[in-house]
Amino acid sequence: MIVTQDHRCLVKVNDVRHVYGKPGGAGLLVLDDVDLALNDNEIVGLLGRSGSGKSTLLRSIAGLITPSEGTVTWLPPEPGGGPASVSMVFQSFALFPWLTVLQNVEVGLEAKRVRPEERRRRALAAIDMIGLDGFESAYPKELSGGMRQRVGLARALVVDPDILLMDEPFSALDVLTAETLRTDLLDLWSEGRMPIRSILMVTHNIEEAVLMCDRILLFSSNPGRVMAEIKVDLTRPRDRQDPSFRALVEHIYVRLTEKAPPEAREGPFPGTGIGMALPQVSTNSMAGLIEAVSAAPHNGKADLPHLAQDLRYEADDLFPIAEVLQLLRFAELAGGDLRLLPAARRYAEADVDARKQLFAQHLLNHVPLAAHIRRVLDDRATHTAPARRFRDELEDFMSPEYAAQTLKAVTQWGRYGELYAFDEAADLFSLDNPA
Amino acid sequence: MAFLSEGAKGARPVVRFVRAGAMPNWADLIALLLLAAVAVLIIHGAAEMSRPLARLDAEPIVLDPARLPEYALRTTLRMFAALAASLLFTFTVATLAARSRKAELVIIPALDILQSVPVLGFLTFTVTFFMGLFPGRQLGVECASIFAIFTSQAWNMVFSFYQSLRTVPADLDEVSRQFGFSAWRRFVRLELPFATPGLVWNTMMSMSGGWFFVVASEAITVGDTTVSLPGIGSWLATAIEAKDFAAVGWAVAAMAVVIALYDQLVFRPIVAWADKFRFEQTASQVRPRSWLYELARRARLMRLLVAALAWPGRALAAIEWPLLARAPHMRLGARAARLLDMAWIALVILGCVGAAWLVGRFIAASLRWGDVLQAFGLGLATMARVALLIAVASLIWVPIGVWIGLRPAWTERLQPIAQFLAAFPANVLFPFVVIAIAAAQLDPDIWLSPLMVLGTQWYILFNVIAGASALPTDMKDAARIFGISGWQWWRRLVLPGIFPYYVTGALTASGGSWNASIVAEAVSWGDTHLQAAGLGAFIANATQAGDFPRVALGIAAMSVFVIAFNRALWRPLYRFAERRLRLD
Repeated sequence: MIVTQDHRCLVKVNDVRHVYGKPGGAGLLVLDDVDLALNDNEIVGLLGRSGSGKSTLLRSIAGLITPSEGTVTWLPPEPGGGPASVSMVFQSFALFPWLTVLQNVEVGLEAKRVRPEERRRRALAAIDMIGLDGFESAYPKELSGGMRQRVGLARALVVDPDILLMDEPFSALDVLTAETLRTDLLDLWSEGRMPIRSILMVTHNIEEAVLMCDRILLFSSNPGRVMAEIKVDLTRPRDRQDPSFRALVEHIYVRLTEKAPPEAREGPFPGTGIGMALPQVSTNSMAGLIEAVSAAPHNGKADLPHLAQDLRYEADDLFPIAEVLQLLRFAELAGGDLRLLPAARRYAEADVDARKQLFAQHLLNHVPLAAHIRRVLDDRATHTAPARRFRDELEDFMSPEYAAQTLKAVTQWGRYGELYAFDEAADLFSLDNPA
Repeated sequence: MAFLSEGAKGARPVVRFVRAGAMPNWADLIALLLLAAVAVLIIHGAAEMSRPLARLDAEPIVLDPARLPEYALRTTLRMFAALAASLLFTFTVATLAARSRKAELVIIPALDILQSVPVLGFLTFTVTFFMGLFPGRQLGVECASIFAIFTSQAWNMVFSFYQSLRTVPADLDEVSRQFGFSAWRRFVRLELPFATPGLVWNTMMSMSGGWFFVVASEAITVGDTTVSLPGIGSWLATAIEAKDFAAVGWAVAAMAVVIALYDQLVFRPIVAWADKFRFEQTASQVRPRSWLYELARRARLMRLLVAALAWPGRALAAIEWPLLARAPHMRLGARAARLLDMAWIALVILGCVGAAWLVGRFIAASLRWGDVLQAFGLGLATMARVALLIAVASLIWVPIGVWIGLRPAWTERLQPIAQFLAAFPANVLFPFVVIAIAAAQLDPDIWLSPLMVLGTQWYILFNVIAGASALPTDMKDAARIFGISGWQWWRRLVLPGIFPYYVTGALTASGGSWNASIVAEAVSWGDTHLQAAGLGAFIANATQAGDFPRVALGIAAMSVFVIAFNRALWRPLYRFAERRLRLD
């Protein structure tokens, strides 16, 4: 009996695809062909780089987004019962600043029209369980980040959900606070004190996923697909220093950075050609990373987890920088390693002007949008072009936010490489350099 | 909005109350007395309002200082009645605009124009309308006066509320959707609290402007009918008629007392209370304080009383509206939706053309093109005055404001005074200027002009003070280290730093000045009538004569000028400030 219950499926996701962007236009495909089954009594992690559609999937399961194609089915946890209920914890906590801790926790019950006395009793019980005693009458702004997320947890748990959804719940917290909260949550989970049946969490922190999850789904990011499923069989409580723990973390790094079969991905970023959505990575970070990897002890080739530790970076914060270097053909990313190409070695040794020239050349050759802007400016008699024009072009491929971000990134890079100038007030690209 | 003040904090208010003891304390006594007095005053004033109109003639305004408190009370009640109407209007119209795209298409541009239309010009039409609505009763004229104040208050409140509804934070929106909030719960738990700080600030600005109009709208002359509602405005009109210098002084004093009381008893407590709705998740260092708010929170009986008073509101907030069977949401194709939109826009345009034709015919029935040209010519004169005066006021107040703003001790003392002066209805002070001009035989075309900015210049001052005191210490220190001084210090540090604040102040001041021109360009003292050539005087004269077509023409012309002025000058400056000069 117990065995069958353990494997009862709570949520089934079938063939989900989701496209952002203008209806009718060539939208940005963020989720492609995703299947997922969340079973009773397990913690499942969705792990991938930013922009891999994990949050979109989580919101589809929360019922906040209807995917463009495919189905999400909530199955009854008990035979003959209603479909599984869900509740969510947010990265930004999403607390109502004008409500006290108690009122914030009660808000979900209020929406469910629970009677006031019952509401208060349950809210106090949840507050007690999550370790917020004594803070009932405080307002969120009086609390530290960790305490705020505890309120977020209590609020999600008090409505007795079958499934707890968590969207990067610890990524807005400092390292120590996050660790305390993880441990507390895992304790509650293993002691069975939370009324929930399973947890689905989105994270981009590899160690966090290995520490907490029974099963990890790795997402590739162009477009978002489940590229691997990893079962974590380590006994709880898990020890980060344990060799098998480290090995698993290393293994996931390798999987996340390995070269995908060419037919699946054209590059590290969603979209192709001009319509490639680019992250905002500053040229300083790129230069810094090149210098760090080219210097000893790495000497041109660095293991990402180690490099992250050296640089005091969250490992996954390095991904976007590394990926832009890969796009510009300054580096190669494979097998959990970042390997500098000869151009990057030359860059590291050059002076300021030579660096700029080298960067400009790579920008023109490998970032189609930068080349496109430069070409338009060269062609026009006035050598100017409104930024609006390029933004509109981009919006045919992606959402306005992505378009703005992409254009901003390319503007910064082009300015650094002195490919073109940009006047923010006039929203105008031009070729002239300020005298 | 009282229903949001869930004052009793913590889980077990009853337990705490018992522990605290039920003995009333001194704070209770004071609070109770204040509350009772306010209740008595409101009831008295409301009863007076519904008397027959004939009583106004039987009991004309008496220039007896003993009657002044009552007049002040009536004036104040009108203000608050208008405020209540404005809030109601805000909640319905702004919500509609934020929820329905079709409504938004009409409401937002309409509001944009309405807030540029000279409010005082409306008076002619509304008095006639409301007097017809309640024939023979004071209530009709009261309504006209309240409506005039309403039209000066409502628009920016609606805008603020609409903006807030459109910018509700995405994560809170997701929480409310995830928990399945009903529309009502979403409104009381999310949208209303989120909008409160902006709305409170805009309400305060509206109130400041409102005092001006309440004074201007109490003694109403339309053609042959002259109605004087009991109030400070009518007292002032009577005093001017009688050339009673002392009575004007009394009016000034009464107004000062009323505004100071309003500031202490209403403004500050509400700002202190609204502080908890600020969206920033960090505790602010300087919290707005109010002795009354503290009193209400400290007094034990008072807490119970507040709880009792807030009960209806809280009950309202807790209402579980029966879930309506949601109408099946029709999914229209993109084409069909676009066609529907186009049909709607066509309908709106048709309506606008119809309205323009109606107004045009009304004006054209008795007026010629020459009149239109004259109105626009006078408009140019008034525009020159407004532009010049704002420039002069800026030259005077920007340096002074910066000087004050850079000295925290002075800022603390002078900022409330500047805000007080902005709220003070300048038209109460007009007689003094008129006497001076008449005595010195000055040219009214020039010397009446300063009256237009008499009340509105303070907006420039207090905004500049706020801007200068917000200049980051780092930047000031950097300027000192690099030896930046003189003109360079102004050009590189101070002027860009205060610019966004200055634009806000100057925009408000300029809008207010256009409006004020209707009262400021034609003034009198007893039988001395002074006039400046301008659009304001044109409207004032037409109102006096009951010449409706001319009033309509004047209002239309002034609206065009204000809108053009805003579009051509203030909007671009505002955008520039937003884009380039924000200090964050």
